Amino acid sequence: MKQIIKNGRVIDPANKIDGKFDVLIEDGKIKEVAADIKADDAEVIDASGKVVVPGLIDMHVHLREPGQEAKEDFASGTRAAAAGGFTTIATMPNTKPVVDNAALVRSLQKEAEMTGVTHVAIIGALTKGQNGEELAEVGDMALSGAVAFSDDGHYVKRAKTLLNGFDYLRAFDKIIINHDEETSLVEEGYMNEGHMSAMLGAKGRPTVAEDIAVARDIMLAEYADARVHVAHISSAKAVDIVREAKKRGVKVTAEVTPHHLTLTDECVDLRDSATKVNPPLRSQADVDAVVEGLKDGTIDMIVTDHSPHAEEEKDMEYALAPSGFPGLETSLGVVLTSLYHTGKMDLPTLISRMTTNPAKIFALEGGKLSAGSPADVTIIDLDKEWVVDDKEFYTRGTHSPFVGKKLKGKAVMTIVDGKVVMKDGKIIE
Amino acid sequence: MEKSTVSLRGKHVLGLKDFSPEEIKLVLATAKEMKQIIHRDIKKVPTLRGKSIVTLFYEPSTRTRTSFETAGKYLGADVVNITSGTSSIVKGESLRDTLLTVEAMGFDAIVMRHKNEGAAEYATKVVHHPVIINAGDGAHAHPSQGLLNLFTLLEHKGHLEGLKVAIIGDISHSRVARSDIWGMRKMGIEVHLAGPKTMMPRFLYQEPGIFVHDRIEDAIKDADAINVLRIQLERMKAGLFPSKREYARIFGLNDERLALAKDDVLVLHPGPMNKGLEISPYVAYGDNSAIQEQVQNGVAVRMALLTLTLTGGKDSEANH
Repeated sequence: MKQIIKNGRVIDPANKIDGKFDVLIEDGKIKEVAADIKADDAEVIDASGKVVVPGLIDMHVHLREPGQEAKEDFASGTRAAAAGGFTTIATMPNTKPVVDNAALVRSLQKEAEMTGVTHVAIIGALTKGQNGEELAEVGDMALSGAVAFSDDGHYVKRAKTLLNGFDYLRAFDKIIINHDEETSLVEEGYMNEGHMSAMLGAKGRPTVAEDIAVARDIMLAEYADARVHVAHISSAKAVDIVREAKKRGVKVTAEVTPHHLTLTDECVDLRDSATKVNPPLRSQADVDAVVEGLKDGTIDMIVTDHSPHAEEEKDMEYALAPSGFPGLETSLGVVLTSLYHTGKMDLPTLISRMTTNPAKIFALEGGKLSAGSPADVTIIDLDKEWVVDDKEFYTRGTHSPFVGKKLKGKAVMTIVDGKVVMKDGKIIE
Repeated sequence: MEKSTVSLRGKHVLGLKDFSPEEIKLVLATAKEMKQIIHRDIKKVPTLRGKSIVTLFYEPSTRTRTSFETAGKYLGADVVNITSGTSSIVKGESLRDTLLTVEAMGFDAIVMRHKNEGAAEYATKVVHHPVIINAGDGAHAHPSQGLLNLFTLLEHKGHLEGLKVAIIGDISHSRVARSDIWGMRKMGIEVHLAGPKTMMPRFLYQEPGIFVHDRIEDAIKDADAINVLRIQLERMKAGLFPSKREYARIFGLNDERLALAKDDVLVLHPGPMNKGLEISPYVAYGDNSAIQEQVQNGVAVRMALLTLTLTGGKDSEANH
């Protein structure tokens, strides 16, 4: 079976392609990217006026399965992903039970095949039950296909545990992804510590908690000559610390979320927990610094930290509501609106942060339109204006801080292994 | 009282941040009328007859809850009290459902106290008919306390504009301090803060009209009033100050420090006091102390708030 995507502007950072080309797909693989391909027997997908990119990748998603299906499961979460233009997402292990053994990794891979509409990479827990003490069976999970390891949601408090993880995982060439907020500095805190929290009397989570955690993890990784990935970086100083570490050759990579790239703690309104997230929304100086870091390559990729919760969990007192909100369906629109349409970033660089870079760093198959690669393709309408409405979400999550925001730019088609799974915002079942 | 175009009818009382100077003046003027009722032999007016008020307290309280209840009763309203220990809250009922339950019973005002900042704001999203009156939400706001402090200052000084007020102690965890800050600045009062730096919000100095001092002596100097905050002993256990002895020695308000202020300085304390810790008994019961008076003014201010929010106060029968 052949398909041809015609007349679009193809951007494939991995192959340094940016121009008007056709993309030929055969049997679920990319066959060719070239101008005016003749393929009379192929089904034509017209991409005139649109941008054609490798399927977007999101390395930080909470699919909540197993155990918290009221928040999300593989069926709903991968549909949200496809709706947002993602063809590969990586799910975090802080589920109930925690994904800390190979049997669970394999069962989730099966679940993704059975109920998912996108590729799902499984991130295993670094420690047993994410207890921060004993290493989980990371080698066994790695051999079963776990893509990386993380105690995300928690800081790995014991330095020795993390050092053990770094040393042990070197043989498997797997990365540890760290949620970096030093615990004793953020206990009880539920928003950025700053002028806003001071005036509200809100308990704060200071940037220094992130800074010292990032610094420690980088020092440990450097000492062990291991790879470390900083999850959802949000503080200006932490960006500097990563930049300096990269300069001296430390194997550190970093990710940032659309909300940390665009929103500040001035958005916090205690009536609605939609702005509650860890790390918290920071100051404008921090926002400017993470945007700069994303541009200059200090920060390698954009991730959503998609963290859906059930409506009744988010609809409560701000301090008591769980942290996080859904992000898969707003990510592309937010970054296009705030970074591309404002001229802060060019499109190929922006797209590389959602395709090539995560694929390269985590050794994923997709992320490029090379011949023989999986036919994971996203078609984007850069100028489509739309208003975020959580009633239209495929995710079970609600209470996103972007609800009601007018955005410009949206994925209009998502193709996974040559199959059109989303068209014009609707999942094709 | 001057004819006012300002109306508070139907307004939620969440924090003084949301009050204009004119609205604050209206509350203070109304409280002055209300205070006369407290001194009457028959303390009952029909202003709020037929209105119902529920106090919903998720934290223990003596004076604030009793003060609101008394205020409602003097005005002829029916007042019901719900406290967390003796209600479905112990069965795990959410705040949302408790609010919907009391709304369904037809209450006109919900006076609520909650340990979490923003709980009262959240309540305004949940219910539609009742007025929400915040009686303290975490370290965020305690507007009726801020208003009674302003009322007490006004009664003694005759004016508010240009006064210098020191607030001493645990600013970080204090909703009283924040309500003072909002209310006092709106009325043109200069606010000087001091206390252990572990309990001083790091970024408060960025706020205009606020002066943060390292030593309490510098805050107290030439002050027209000093509001001494209650220090919670759990803060010591959390490592925010070393010992009671040291706190009293360095941060306690005693005669010697009081002498740095103006001669007619007014000493305020939101209560309950730790005498010998944040305030010496001599100061607490001394000539400059308005601490007992604050309690009575609290009832007057809460009568004013209930009247103004539930009836608008225009046809107030307080003087009948």
